[in-house]
Amino acid sequence: MVQENNQIINHFLTSNCEWLRGTGPESDIVLSSRIRLARNIAGYSFSDRLPAAEQHQLIQEVEKATKNTPLLKDAEILEYRNLKEIDRQFFLERHLISREHATEKGEKALIVSKNEVISIMVLEEDHLRCQVFQSGLNLIEAWRLMNQIDSELDSKLPFSFHPNLGFLTACPTNVGTGLRASCMLHLAGLMMTKQVNKVLQALSKLNLAARGFFGEGTQASGNFFQFSNQLTLGQNESEIVDGLERVMRQVVEHEKEARSYLLEKRRGKVEDQIWRALGSLKSARLMTSSEALGLLSLVRLGVDLGFIPNLSKANLNALFLFTQPAHLQKLSGGELSSAERDQKRAELIRTRLKQVELA
Amino acid sequence: MVCNVCGQNEATIHLTEIVNNQMLEVHLCENCAEQKGADFKSHFDFNKLLASLGDFGSELKLDRVAKMTCPECGISYEEFGRTGRLGCSQCYQSFEKLLNPLIKRVQRDLKHVGKIPQKATPDVKRAFELRELQEQLRKSIQSETFEEAARIRDLIQQLENKTQQPESKPESKTKKGTKKNSS
Repeated sequence: MVQENNQIINHFLTSNCEWLRGTGPESDIVLSSRIRLARNIAGYSFSDRLPAAEQHQLIQEVEKATKNTPLLKDAEILEYRNLKEIDRQFFLERHLISREHATEKGEKALIVSKNEVISIMVLEEDHLRCQVFQSGLNLIEAWRLMNQIDSELDSKLPFSFHPNLGFLTACPTNVGTGLRASCMLHLAGLMMTKQVNKVLQALSKLNLAARGFFGEGTQASGNFFQFSNQLTLGQNESEIVDGLERVMRQVVEHEKEARSYLLEKRRGKVEDQIWRALGSLKSARLMTSSEALGLLSLVRLGVDLGFIPNLSKANLNALFLFTQPAHLQKLSGGELSSAERDQKRAELIRTRLKQVELA
Repeated sequence: MVCNVCGQNEATIHLTEIVNNQMLEVHLCENCAEQKGADFKSHFDFNKLLASLGDFGSELKLDRVAKMTCPECGISYEEFGRTGRLGCSQCYQSFEKLLNPLIKRVQRDLKHVGKIPQKATPDVKRAFELRELQEQLRKSIQSETFEEAARIRDLIQQLENKTQQPESKPESKTKKGTKKNSS
């Protein structure tokens, strides 16, 4: 079983996950769109209160249902009893599981399609946390797919449902549709022009949550933001999804304006920052995770603005992922200390950016 | 801007979290951000923020309320207040009086519209259809598309009649939804 899991992890290690493909609408600014549905199975206590004996039973019930679901029949099923801590960290870095799911005790499982578009966390805060990823700004397609999977699972599993409140969830902040739609945006232009707070303030009036995103144990990495709907009750799924997509389009427009402003008015300074970042990445011998994220963000802006040729967005995106601790260790084939990781990280970046020339 | 933690270096990392229209901001220098990395998670733990909302706080001062438990799973309301997580589906019934105001406050609504399970009973299905139509009616009146509003109103009447038929009380049937349209 452990060997089988290693094969599965090796498959993912050699592929690029959906949210980093760098394609789809507005992919210069929007990395990914995600829909997540929370569902619980009637007849069982919620995950936190579920006795150990029933945890395994529930996992088996879900596995059986997914095997009979056309969209999931080829999905990989990973039971955590067979996974090492670093393997969970690996899936966390790929955004396939949450930090809670990676660290909390008890039996858990991850069901994930080979292209990583569809994944289901079993026994997270709720029994099922199903998610669908799409590259770029594509919430509507993500919801179409999610809706289909949910209907298929619904025909096989009795979901907890209340005539007034809708789908019941462990936390009342998810009750109703159980739907959380989110987009991850790279707002380097708005950050540089110091306009990002204005955007965040405007969004707060629309019941949208915004948070910094990416990084090792922190949400502090400057230029990446995740936006999601705050309310899950009183609006139907399409309204939630359409609403967020419309607002995201406006944020994208603001980011484009900020980038145009930078090109017109502050080109010299921006160019300097971008080329210095590339210079550091191409020459550093030690590189921490957070430094790498900051510099890669600048290089990404350089690619988007057309300063840096010969670097594809997919390759650059892959570096965001592969420079993270568990990925670095999986690539090296063994455990690495923090200092060793900094060295390996710098080495990996230099190798992967070898063909990119400093102009 | 100076770092909120050390109060010395220039803050270069600005964190913003928005919960229920309230914006929390933290400004940090790179050193403190790195050192404090692990703390951010707890700082922005949504459950804690939720548990710190007024409803919980004031209710929890009353011992009797805090000690209320769900007969199905045994969780106390105090425990829910601490973790933000309920124990089972039955908790929504067991703590209904305390939870509903909280849900109303957090979600601004108490009625689900949208998807329902395929196995829902015909009554539940009809109730949801009715709710969706009422929502559409509200929107079409707002947007002053009165022909559409009239059409939806007729559909609502039909559905209401259907819902009331099994109860076989013809005298009460005409009470609802028969208001004459002034146009």
